[in-house]
Formats: sequence, structure tokens, C-alpha cells
Amino acid sequence: MLQAENLACARGERVVFAGLSFTLEPCGALLLVGENGAGKSTLLRLLAGLLAPAEGRLLWDGQDALADRAAHAARLRYLSHADALKPALTARENLAFFARLWGGAVEGALESLGLLPLAELPARVLSSGQKRRLALARLALGPAPLWLLDEPTVGLDAASIGRLGGLLAAHRAAGGMVLAATHLPLPLPGARELRL
Amino acid sequence: MRAWGALLARELRLALRHPADSLAAVLFFVLVAALFPFGIGPAPEALARLAPGALLASALLAALLPLDRLFGADAEDGTLDQLLLSGLGAAAVALAKALAHWLVTGLPLLVATPIAGAMLNLAPEAWPAAMAALGLATGFLSLLGTAGAALTLGARRGGVLLPLLVLPLAIPAVIFGAAGIEAAAAGLPARPYLLLLGALLAAALPLAPLAAGAALRVE
Repeated sequence: MLQAENLACARGERVVFAGLSFTLEPCGALLLVGENGAGKSTLLRLLAGLLAPAEGRLLWDGQDALADRAAHAARLRYLSHADALKPALTARENLAFFARLWGGAVEGALESLGLLPLAELPARVLSSGQKRRLALARLALGPAPLWLLDEPTVGLDAASIGRLGGLLAAHRAAGGMVLAATHLPLPLPGARELRL
Repeated sequence: MRAWGALLARELRLALRHPADSLAAVLFFVLVAALFPFGIGPAPEALARLAPGALLASALLAALLPLDRLFGADAEDGTLDQLLLSGLGAAAVALAKALAHWLVTGLPLLVATPIAGAMLNLAPEAWPAAMAALGLATGFLSLLGTAGAALTLGARRGGVLLPLLVLPLAIPAVIFGAAGIEAAAAGLPARPYLLLLGALLAAALPLAPLAAGAALRVE
């Protein structure tokens, strides 16, 4: 279970958000909504342990989650705005690197987002929607209980959003949690909303 | 360890896909070494006197070339966030980057050392010592440069700031390296100087990745 207590974040002199509390239980999903610049991406980076909170606590099963950054990193997958792909590597090579880090099968991950026909193409020639699918395919590698997704469906076609819905449903059915920042409707039935 | 090996393998594979970067550093090294004879004139004794220092300076400048993109590309495309969340410590990521930088920049410079040495009229019997000195000095620079690249990451003029930060720290490597090559050219043992260079490298090996890791963590 992920619990945020009174989280605040400041960038330089500016307070991005403050007094933020929420709970996310296994199988749960939380949608972060809010206008541009409200701090959705910042909150996701903070939850991933890439930023330190200015005040407040983040608890995982009652323990301070950020005390051991490496252990916290091992239980989450973070999908940022940037796709973290190397243009010179093929789709398969890009994914194979993360499969060596996290375990999981590259073939299955490629198939889960319909990328098998593109597997041997360098990421450089993929369209932006295809790149997004390749970044999302990382979620289908070795399992992790917490998914932090920053606008996961930007640039995706309807069929790919359907495939992502299948991944999300399987993840939650296995007891996983999803936290997603979005402006678009996501295939996350029963998700609560957190307005920043 | 497995993850660290995967990161190093990926860095090397990326470098092989863009061999122009390594080639540019080697050509830069040879060209800078070739400029000295034009400036000094063809007097062989004057050139041979300058050769050790000129070799060291050209090699360090050439090794600096690819450093400002060491973390920059990964930071822009989001890879750096994933690496910091990969379970590898930030210092381990920095060490893999430094080793990859030496393998794709420092090592090719060693291969080109006899060419640059010949242009500077360095006695052939000093070539092995020159290669050893350049190997140790570029290794030292790869480590220092990784820390510098991590510190200047995100700075607006990071590419200019990086040499200003790193080159003053590399002065001891130039002194010991050049002294070693000079000794070998004079028929004296280069070993004491090379051992001092090795000591510099041994000190930088744990310290520079730790500094780079701390710099990567701070945002």
C-alpha cells in the first residue's frame, strides 16, 4: 500500500504543491488530473524517488519508502514524458537492455503492444506513437507492484489504447497499483481522481 | 553486476553504431600533434624536446571532446531517469560511463600514438612508454571527466565549463606522463613516473564515480 502524507514540493523558490495526502491500495488506480503546470509530472518524479519532497512523508506498507531509494526503485516502473529510447538501437535491442535489468521476455513484451513487425527497425525510424508503444512495452517486462505513468496514451491510436488497457487490467488483477497523470480518458475502470 | 555489465555492453554497442565520434577524437589527436612541427619548424631536436608534453596535451584535449555528451543525451531522452531507477547505484552508472568513455576514446588514441609520436620526432624506443603513459593519463581523464560531466549536466554552457573544471585537475597527469616519456627517450627507466600516474588513477577510481554519482542524484 502506498501512502502519501502531507507531501509538498518546491522547485527553487516556487511551491509546486503542498499538503497533498492520498492512499493507494493494491489493485487500485489513481488518476492525477489538473491543468498544465499543476505539478503532475513533478509528483510522479517525487513518487519515483527522483526528487526529494520538501516536506511530508511517503510510506510503503507503513515504512518510509524513500529511506532506501534502491529498494523503492525496484518496486516501481516509471514512464516519463520522454520515451528513454536510443535512436540507433532497434526496437528489440532497446527493450532487451531493460529485460536484462528487470527480467521478463522481450518477445512477449513486444507482442503485447503489437510491435513484433517493427522489432528489427531502429527506433530512429519509428513514428512518435510507435515510440510511445515501445516505451509502454517496458511495462510488460518483469513485474513491479507500482506503475507511475506520465501521460501514457499521448500519440496512441485506439487499438494501442485497447492493448494498454489489457496490460493495465492484468497488472491490477495481479494486485498491482497504477498512478497515472493524464488529460485524456484512460482505460482504468474504477480509478479515483486526484486533482492537483 | 549483471545489470552493470548490461549497461556497459549497451554503451559500447551505441558507440559502435556511431564510430564517427571515436574517429573524430583520434583524428583530432593526430592533427593537433601535426600542428606542432608547423609552428616550431622542422628542427628535429626542438621537436623531440617538445614531443612528450605535446603528446600528453593533444591526447587529453582529444579525450575531452566527447565528454560533454556523456550524460547529456541520456538526460534529454529520459534514459538517465531509468538508469537511476535501475537498481544500480548512481556511482555504478558513472563508473560504467567512465569505462565506456575510456574504451571508445582512450583506447583508440593509444593505437594512434606511434603516428603522432613519429610526427613529433619521438624516438621509437620511447613509444611503448608513451603508450603506457597515455593509457594511464586518458584513464585518469575519463574518470575526472565523468565527474565533471555529471556536475555540469544541465548547466547552460556545460560544454565550455567542463574543460575549465577538468583540465586544471589533469595537470599532474601531464607532468608525470611527460616526465615518463622523456625518461624513456633518454634511455632511463620510465617506470617510477608510470607508477605515479598509476597512483593518480587508483585514487580517482573510487573517488570520481562517487562524486559523479552524488552530482547525478542532486537535482
